[in-house]
Amino acid sequence: MDEKELLRLEHLHKEFGGNVVLKDFDLSVKKGEVIVIIGPSGCGKSTLLRCINGLEAVQSGKITFEGAPVEKNSKNISQIRQKIGMVFQSYDLFPHKTVLQNIILAPCKVQKRKKEEVEQEALQLLERVGLNDKKDAFPRELSGGQKQRVAIVRALCMHPDILLFDEVTAALDPEMVREVLDTMLELAKQGSTMLIVTHEMSFARAVADRILFLDGGELVEESNSPKDFFDHPKTERAQKFLQTFEYE
Amino acid sequence: MWDKAMIDMLLEGIKDTLYMTLLSTFFGYVLGLPLGIALAVTDKEGIQPNAVIYRILDFIVNIVRSIPFLILLILVIPLTRALVGKSYGPTATIVPLTLAAAPFIGRMVESSLKEVDHGVIEAAISMGARTRTIITKVLIGESRTSLLVGVTIVLGTVLGYSAMAGVVGGGGLGDIAIRYGYYRYETEVMIVTLVIIVVLVQLLQWLGMLLSRKLDHRKK
Repeated sequence: MDEKELLRLEHLHKEFGGNVVLKDFDLSVKKGEVIVIIGPSGCGKSTLLRCINGLEAVQSGKITFEGAPVEKNSKNISQIRQKIGMVFQSYDLFPHKTVLQNIILAPCKVQKRKKEEVEQEALQLLERVGLNDKKDAFPRELSGGQKQRVAIVRALCMHPDILLFDEVTAALDPEMVREVLDTMLELAKQGSTMLIVTHEMSFARAVADRILFLDGGELVEESNSPKDFFDHPKTERAQKFLQTFEYE
Repeated sequence: MWDKAMIDMLLEGIKDTLYMTLLSTFFGYVLGLPLGIALAVTDKEGIQPNAVIYRILDFIVNIVRSIPFLILLILVIPLTRALVGKSYGPTATIVPLTLAAAPFIGRMVESSLKEVDHGVIEAAISMGARTRTIITKVLIGESRTSLLVGVTIVLGTVLGYSAMAGVVGGGGLGDIAIRYGYYRYETEVMIVTLVIIVVLVQLLQWLGMLLSRKLDHRKK
């Protein structure tokens, strides 16, 4: 195994009652890499992310994270999940907890870190995303974009080694999308390892080290140059998919 | 007829009724809260699905809930005697009241916990939270308004049940209503006790709603 390899997926196979969502899927993610996964709805992108932190079990194949196998019901899955941060499309902040309480819950209760130390870090992270004045607000008092930035901070406060973003801007009003993407771009620049599922093509182009195009649960096209991929997609399926984003 | 003795008796009745209602509800939750948590957690949509445990608990709850309270009251007299030493009076009534309330409370708790958004639970799981943390911090923490509304409903129901205990000399307002209104045809006394019962239920309802609204952070 490559020394810098963080995550490896081998021959993943996942189906929901006969409906195949991932077919013999392989992937290797190196530390510091930013990988953007695109593809039509229902192509298995979200399922892929959910399998990586064991929210979904796979029928066959192997997921290895930092040398340890990821299995949905294994004993050490809690340890592994702490190292894999995930941000969801629907934010999923705890509605009865303040912004600060949302962020410190898992670091304090799961990682058993000291409250003062976690709070201090949470406030610093909130400041970085421009939300330190919202620390005592409840989720309902925030806009969608603010909620999603809090969700990102919540994931960051766990000190994850990789971040998974599952269509995090899909539920946002267009004017809120930017602030969330800027936060993610910032993280990418700082060297975070990220796996991003998105429909924001120009963002994908700007942030990605590597583009994966999925269709029907398979990796159809992969490119280490986002520019090449978006300007000259090699496969017909990718060409067709990208055309749906163009207006002429 | 409205002499001091009557007023004293009514005051005593209010005291006994509240004593039975509050203690039975408390003990009911001691049994019913873990029961409700177990039901919600082991359900097939729960965080630790377990069909066997769920079906057993579900069955017990349904059985106990389908026994009419009046019959349960008589059925558990041996148990009441063993626990309290006698089978009549307010303290003795707490035993059947608790047993009747527990499965009902279990169902209320179960449905409250199931209201918690699945995405929020999943977010906690994705951060490595284990079942225990999810139950205490997410399920209970996030459904607290619903749980409180549940307590209010349970208090009202238990208060109603406690009145039924009057039939077997259980004490409290229901006892007075039956003794004076039914056995002695003193309708006024019965109506006064009824009014007191209604006012008590309203008061509990109002208090519970006030509290739950205060704790609700989801809407303005």
